[in-house]
Amino acid sequence: MFQTFADYMTYELLKIQPGTKLAGAVDFFIYDTLKIFFMLIVIIFVVSMIRTYFSPERTKQLLSHKREFWGNIMAALLGVVTPFCSCSAVPVFIGFVEAGVPLGVTFSFLISSPMVNEVALVLLWGMFGWKIAALYITTGLVVAIVSGYIIGKLKLEHLVEEYVYQMKVGQGEIVDMTISEKVGYALDYTKEIMSKVWLYVVVAIAIGGVIHGYAPQDFLAAYAGKDNFFAVPIAVLLGVPLYSNAAGIIPIVYVLMEKGMSMGTVLAFMMSVTALSLPEMIILRNVLKPKLIGIFIGIVSIAIIFTGYMFNAIL
Amino acid sequence: MMKIEILGMGCKKCNDLMDGAKKAAAELNMQAEFVKVEDIKTIMSYGVMTTPALVVDGVVKVSGKIPSIEEIKGLLK
Repeated sequence: MFQTFADYMTYELLKIQPGTKLAGAVDFFIYDTLKIFFMLIVIIFVVSMIRTYFSPERTKQLLSHKREFWGNIMAALLGVVTPFCSCSAVPVFIGFVEAGVPLGVTFSFLISSPMVNEVALVLLWGMFGWKIAALYITTGLVVAIVSGYIIGKLKLEHLVEEYVYQMKVGQGEIVDMTISEKVGYALDYTKEIMSKVWLYVVVAIAIGGVIHGYAPQDFLAAYAGKDNFFAVPIAVLLGVPLYSNAAGIIPIVYVLMEKGMSMGTVLAFMMSVTALSLPEMIILRNVLKPKLIGIFIGIVSIAIIFTGYMFNAIL
Repeated sequence: MMKIEILGMGCKKCNDLMDGAKKAAAELNMQAEFVKVEDIKTIMSYGVMTTPALVVDGVVKVSGKIPSIEEIKGLLK
């Protein structure tokens, strides 16, 4: 369907001579843009529809006094479907702790929520296939579960700012939305995300198309290929200050991948950008002592680096 | 006089919600006192976990999203 439309646009409307390099590039650009936009709209809508059935308030009740391990698994999964933005990280953290959600379980939620997101899912799916997208989600969840579990085992409750424990949280009501309100919410959310990411996506596909034709295929292979031991840690380190949503880094990832960076390194880079962001750390500094922030970054980085090596070894 | 509070730790969305609430009140010709609440303790005392939130006379009306001006008008009436 998209191919027919792309062909029609290229050859009939723009009247580009078939068989030329330009025709191929334009055709590819239109096809990819249509495909990714269609997937983005459908999947963001479906995910935000699912999210209307979950709220941080309900998630908090589900996780309250959960045992570690199972609690970490549940928290990582709920992190995917609970609506969350890093600007609400502090109230969510305090709400969880106050409701008796164990510290490690809270961290599993805070790690999985930004890392496993629908935009990353669509872009990986659209550009590298569903297997890579599934792999990213699965390992993202594992990183969140394991990191949260370790933080829980380290018994770091004393590294949370004292005032958090004295906080009295009011009883917020959970207001149920009607079906039409849910659809309205999902449509609004889809519009909001699309308005934020569309430009990045178009730029990514355009850059991908241009680079595809010009820079040599294995340009990066020597530096960032499987054989370079330091590629993964460097990619993870670079990802921390590079804060953006998944869409913002797609132009970079696409090019890196095209030019010979190995898949494990690419996935590790993407995880680091989404899970470890400087602005979120600054926000979390309101509730966590610096030492705990350091431990948090350390454990998550190690988990991501390990994941990167593993994929470089098996893929 | 009606008291309208906007809860949130200073993100862009909080300002958007404040503007929306002011417009809605003006369109309804309502006199209201607008307060921006950025203190986390006060925010938590309302039981709000997602910001921005709109509180009218001490009652949380909306949290975690920016309602349209029409929706805010309905909540203020």
